[in-house]
This record gives sequence, structure tokens and C-alpha cells, in this order.
Amino acid sequence: MAVTARHAPPAKAGGAPPSRSTPSGNPRRRAARRRRLIALVFLFPALLLLGALVAYPIVFSVGRSLFDASGDRFVGVDNYSEMFSDPATLTAIRNTAIWVVVAPMLLTGLGLVLAVLTEKVRWATAFKLLIFMPMAISFLAAGIIFRVVYEQDPERGVLNAVAVGVHDAFKEGSAYPDARARLGQGLDPRGDGSYRTGPNLAPGRTVSLGLVGVPPKDIPAEARPAAKAASASAAAHELRGVVYVDFTPGGGGRPGRVDPKEKGLPGLTVEAVREGKVTARSTTAADGSFRFSGLSPGSGYALQLPRKNFAKPYTGIAWLGPALVTPAIIAAYMWIWTGFAMVLIGAGLAALPRETLEAARVDGASEWQIFRRITVPLLGPVLGVVFVTLVINVMKVFDLVYIIAPGPVQQDANVLAMQMWLVSFGGGNNQGLGSAIGVLLLLLVAPAMFLNIRRFRRSQS
Amino acid sequence: MRRIAASGAAVLSLALAATACGGDTKTASSGSQELKGQTVSVAGVWTGVEQKNFKKVLDAFSAKTGARTTFVSTGDNVSTVVGSKIEGGNAPDVVMVPQVGVLQQFARKGWLAKLSGKAFKATAANFAPVWWDYGSVDGDFYGVYFKASHKSTVWYSPQALDQAGVTPPKTYADLLKAGHTVSDSGLAAFSVAGEAGWPLTDWFENIYLSQAGPKNYDKLAGHRIKWTDPTVVKALTTLGKLFRDKALVAGGGAKALQTDFPESVEQVFGRQAKAAMVYEGDFVGALVADQFHKTVGQDAKFFPFPAVDGGKPPVVGGGDAAVVLKAGKNRKAAMKFVEYLATPEAAAVWAEAGGYISPNRKLDPASYKDDTTRRTAESLVKAGDSVRFDMSDQAPAAFGGTQGAGEWKLLQDFLRDPSDPAATARKLEDAAAKAYQKD
Repeated sequence: MAVTARHAPPAKAGGAPPSRSTPSGNPRRRAARRRRLIALVFLFPALLLLGALVAYPIVFSVGRSLFDASGDRFVGVDNYSEMFSDPATLTAIRNTAIWVVVAPMLLTGLGLVLAVLTEKVRWATAFKLLIFMPMAISFLAAGIIFRVVYEQDPERGVLNAVAVGVHDAFKEGSAYPDARARLGQGLDPRGDGSYRTGPNLAPGRTVSLGLVGVPPKDIPAEARPAAKAASASAAAHELRGVVYVDFTPGGGGRPGRVDPKEKGLPGLTVEAVREGKVTARSTTAADGSFRFSGLSPGSGYALQLPRKNFAKPYTGIAWLGPALVTPAIIAAYMWIWTGFAMVLIGAGLAALPRETLEAARVDGASEWQIFRRITVPLLGPVLGVVFVTLVINVMKVFDLVYIIAPGPVQQDANVLAMQMWLVSFGGGNNQGLGSAIGVLLLLLVAPAMFLNIRRFRRSQS
Repeated sequence: MRRIAASGAAVLSLALAATACGGDTKTASSGSQELKGQTVSVAGVWTGVEQKNFKKVLDAFSAKTGARTTFVSTGDNVSTVVGSKIEGGNAPDVVMVPQVGVLQQFARKGWLAKLSGKAFKATAANFAPVWWDYGSVDGDFYGVYFKASHKSTVWYSPQALDQAGVTPPKTYADLLKAGHTVSDSGLAAFSVAGEAGWPLTDWFENIYLSQAGPKNYDKLAGHRIKWTDPTVVKALTTLGKLFRDKALVAGGGAKALQTDFPESVEQVFGRQAKAAMVYEGDFVGALVADQFHKTVGQDAKFFPFPAVDGGKPPVVGGGDAAVVLKAGKNRKAAMKFVEYLATPEAAAVWAEAGGYISPNRKLDPASYKDDTTRRTAESLVKAGDSVRFDMSDQAPAAFGGTQGAGEWKLLQDFLRDPSDPAATARKLEDAAAKAYQKD
């Protein structure tokens, strides 16, 4: 456009009458003005869009953050002070800080390692494709996937299925995890999960130890009714007894009595205790009976059902509990974004000057030295871009947290973007406070943005 | 309300619902045809089967009057959708609002037209006074409750109770006793959906309504007494007796907090029973039938929530009310439609289709498709004026309807550690004070 203006004859500028030397009349200035005008015309659509979609909302949010929930009353910086005194927002700020510190660092590191390694493997493209694939999955879908993966119930959550499988391979569970003694019938809990009778059982007695709360599916098929064994008489030097389910299916049983239909529990360990020390150990038979012989008549014994009979099954790790929920969600986030970091860094890697690497190799540098002293420094700018982009992205994380964190721990997993939404629309209905959080988020993202723009400029010049 | 479930199915059904939302027109063929050529557009939260069955009611109206009818589903967020439709000049004539709080909100915004004298008369004749009370705001009558829900039903597996040899209890003390017997038999007594907050508020509301009485219930619902009131602490203590007991709650409080609502039903009626009873509203029946393929009335039964400490057995309910929008284009036809909804004739149409109970006391109980629904409906109608609406639905959303905040969150904390009801009451009061002040 400017070309036409330059063709203006230079002689005219000198010989112009004084009246025409006003700014608008000066052809050089006129040309400059025209250039500016044309630039403006071309910039106008972009400016309009930016103004309407970026500048106006920012200004509006800042303004809105100074008003109360209804938007009618000016409250000054009240929203900001409320924000920093509200424990929920403080948790959100803390969690966002954890996210920003941990996630971009790990992702950039992991991306770098994967990019360098994939350069050296045979099926590099297939491998890269595989790692990049999660990028194609929406956060919503990924969130639902990981919600199930992290599920506490080992029958549903795959991670806990693995954890429980590994644990149970090394340590066997107990036969009756749900059983407990019927209270008030002589068998008392000892606090550590075991049950013990009073200390004065003299040999020559037959004792019935009633348990309840045993699910029918836990009672082995070989279990026999315990009534007969419960009435057997014991010799002078022995203690006999039964461990049985003190509950008649369908009701009608009497607590503390061995009713005809009530079954013995086989395979339980029973211990005889004298003066606090275990002196004998026995295992119950199919009708729940046990027998200790060779005891000294005339002294008092206690019978004990040790804890291992009732050990609760291992249920895995509480991935979505208050303590682990944020790391768990960060891991899900990494699953999605590792591909991004890897591909970008991989592209940077491909553009590295080969001769430098070759020269290093010729000089006898080890692969580690090359990686440490040449690859990483040369990749610096790319790593920076990836890192800063991830920082900005991590600050905005919302969907994953919203979907993966179950209701009761939602507050423990809260991040700023989600808190902003919750406060403004998700029930809080206080868009004043929500705007204040939005402004805070903007202020936090701004330095990263600034950094990115500066880097961009430098790389252009 | 229900959270995005841990399955893709939820998303899928959402997408399907969205595509099924579009309006649909039906023309009339017989009847008096007095409204021929007019169109009544109706908006409501219903989707899927409920939408289909409500269409039958619309068709019956068309057949009767000759008016064309269209239905638009708003999804869960009625007030946003209706608000934007009013602003866009495309307001529906009639909206079926799902909560009394929304009805009041609409009325205060000046969106609602007062209902005709005829609609009022029909309501007064066919419904218990409490229903037109909940349909009125500041003395003006705006809403006819067409569909009701009953949230005082304890669902149980008959096999499990037989196995334990107990019968459905009549009082709360008996409920705990029966629970202990069930637990002795080797099955946890209750499965509690603690991961969702709203079932916990419903537990509390039933106990409070029965123990403290309807008058206190109304006061607390309007925040005219504080949550630190001794009646609240007493109700929390009563609830804590159940929550505290590891033998009564499946897996104890910690496990209950990881149980969402469908899962809590599954624990009782699923393939592997982990508990014998689950408390929630009449919709448990539909879930049992649809998801677990059990026959309601045979494999799944309910008993009314038992009376607490000598009070009357509570009936906590809710409902969808038909309101007429001022911004609608066919006010006269809309009024006619609302008048029609107040008749037993309209209620019978949906009752025959199933999955519905009506607060209309003139409706012949024989219209209901199955015994269980009939019994819930009868219990609701019989409760007459002592029916109370879900308190958390009446509270500002920040207090009574937000995941991870307010009453939901505090009752979840209480489920985790029920040792200090007074402290929980104090925290509830703090949250309530904040939410009601903003409202």
C-alpha cells in the first residue's frame, strides 16, 4: 500500500505555498496517516474480537469483583479479603500451587526422557503414537476412565484390584473377617481385635463361644451343627468347647445358647491362656469343637480367640481419599499430557545440529555427558516453551478435578478454577466472589504469559 | 443432583436425552375442540420414560380440547433454561417446576401469572391444603402440584429380613433393634449413600420431622429457628446412634462415604447383597426394577419411615408443580391446561402408565399399575396436611444443594465422625446463616 505514497514527487514538498503546509496538507504526513488508517482498517476485526472477547471480560470481571453477590452493592475489596479468609479457597490456592510446582516439572522431564529414548528405539513412531493417543481423549472421558481406575472397591478399580492381588499373594486373609462375639455372653473384646473369656475356667468344663455377624457365604459347607459337641462332657484334665454361630437363620434362636440349628465354625484358632501366657493352641473341627488336654486340674484358664481369626481383608489403597486425591488426579493429567511434551521436545530434538553431537562423540563423550552437556542446553528454549505452556494449562485445570474427585473429598481436591466455578455458578451463586477468584487466577497466569510472549519475541528477532 | 456417575453410560444417556429434547406436536382428533388452533408449550425436567409418559397426559389434553401441545425438556437446570427462554422471547406457556424453591424464585421475579379461580377451586377440592400452600407465594396461588414424590420409604430385601427373622419395624427404636438382629445374621443392616450429600439430608429431615414435629420443621426450613436449636441437636444425636454403629452401616461411615446413591441400592438389591435395607424415596423402586431386574413388591419391598420418639411417622415429599408464565403467548389455553392437571382424570393417565404418584386425593387408587406404587401414593394422600417438602430443597442452594459445601458436606463429616452433634449443629448454623443472608 505504502508504495503509491512513495511515488509522490519530492519537488512538491519544497515549492508548496505556506497555506498548504498544514499537517493534513503535507503529503508525507498524509501518506503516513493513510498508512496508519489502512493498518487500522486491517487491524479492526482483530481488535474488535480481542476487545469483545478478552479485554471487555477482563475489565468487567475486575469491576464485578468489587460488587456483592447480587451485583447491586459496591463492597470494595471485601470479596478479596473474604477470598483469603475462606478455608475452601485457601485449600484451592494450596492445591493449585502443588499442581503448578509438580505437574509441569514432571511432564517436561518425562517428555524429555521419552523423546530422547524414542529416538533410539526401533518402533519409534508406533511408540510415540501410543503415548500421544490420550491427547485425543477429552478430559471428561479421561476423567470418567480414571474415576473407575481409582475406585476403592477392588472389584471395580483396577489399581486396587492389582494392589489387593499382590497383597493377598503374600498374606492370606482370615476365614471370618466379619465375625464378632455376641456381647454379654462371657466372651469379651480385648481392644486388639481378639476375644477372651474370664480367667477362671477350670479344666473339666465344656465352654460354648458364640459368634455373630458371620455372613452365610462365609460358613464353610462342611460346618456341622454344634449342639452335640457343646453338651459333651470333659475329663478332669481337659477343657472342651465349641465355637459356633449364635444365630439361627430365620430367627428364633436364643442368645448365648447353642440351639439345634446353629452350626459350629471350623478352622478357627483357639488358645488357652494361663496367667496371661498362651499355654496351648487348638483348631476347631467341623462342628466347631476344640479340646485342650493335659491341663493341670484345679487351676484357672482363659480361652482366647486370637485376632488373626478375624483380620479384615486388605481393601487396597484409598486413591481417592483426602490425602491421595490430588496426586492421583495429577497422575491422570500426566497420562493425557505426556504425549504433548514428548512430541514437542521430540521435534526440537530432531532439529538439533547433528555435527555438534557427532563432534562430541568423536571427542569421546559418553552418552550421558552428551545428554547432560549438549542435548539439554541446546533444547533449552523448547523445554522452556513446553514448561510455560504447561504451567498456564495446569492453572486452568478444572474438568479432571471435577469429575475424578468424589463428593466428600471435592474440597480436598479443589483448585482455583473449580472454586471459581463453584462459587459463581455451582451453588454458591456469588459471582462477585467468583470474579475476585477469576482476577486472582489472571494475575497468577500473567507472569507465565509474559514470559512466553517475551520468549516468542526474542525468537522472532 | 446426582453426580456424574462413574460410568460412561451417564454421558451417553445425557447425549441421547439432548437429542430427544426437541418439541413434538400432536393434533387432536376428538373431544370438545374448544381450543382448536391454539398451542400450549410445556417445559419440564423430565426426560426418557417420564417424558414419554407425560406426553400421554398432553395427548389426553389435546384429545379433550383440540389444542396442540408441545413439550420441551429443560434438563436439570430449569431456572437457567426458562430464564433464557423468557429473555429470548420464546417462553413456554407452562413450566413444570421441580422444587418449591424454584417456584418461589420464579414468583418473586414476577415471571408467574396468578392461576385462575377455577384452578384454585379444583386444587382446594382435590388436594390437601398443604399442597396449595406449597403452590402459593405471599398469599397468591401460582402452582398446581401434578406429580409428587414420597421420600419416607425404607426399602428392604424381604429375603434378608426373613433370614434374620425380623419384621418391618414401626418405631425408630425398633428399627435399630431390627438392624442389630440383621447384623447378627451376618449382613449389614443399612447401606447409606454418603458419597452423595442429599440422601443424608433426607435421613435427617425424616428424623427431624417425626421427632420435632411439623411446626418446628417449617420453622427450620425457613431458618426461623437456628440450627443450634436443641431439637436439631437431638435429631442429630438420634441419627448419630445409627451412623455411629459399625454393625448397622455397611462398612462403617468411611465406606458409606464412598458409596454413591445407585451403589447404595445395589448393595441391597444387587447380585451380592451387602446390606438388608436402604433408605430413600419412592424412586428406589424404579431403580431396582430398571437396573437390577428385580420385581418390586416381591424382591424389593418398603416400609414407611418409622416414627421417632413417639412422634407421628414422617412423610417427607416433594413434587413438580405446573405454573403459567406471564411471558407465554397462550395464557388462556395454558390456564385450561393447568386446570386440567388439577383433575383426577389427568392424574389417572400417568398413573396407568406407571412410575408416578399423585397428591390428588380424588384419584382412584385402582388407577395405579402396581401395588407398591399404590401403597406409596396412599401413604402420601393419607398423610394429608402433615406432608412436608424436602427441607434442603427449600433452602438456598449454597446451603442445601451444593456438592461439597453446606449441609451436604457437614452431614458427610458427621457421618465420618458422629461423636459431636452439638458441634455439627453449630457448623450447620454458620453455613446456613451465611447462605440465607446472601439469598
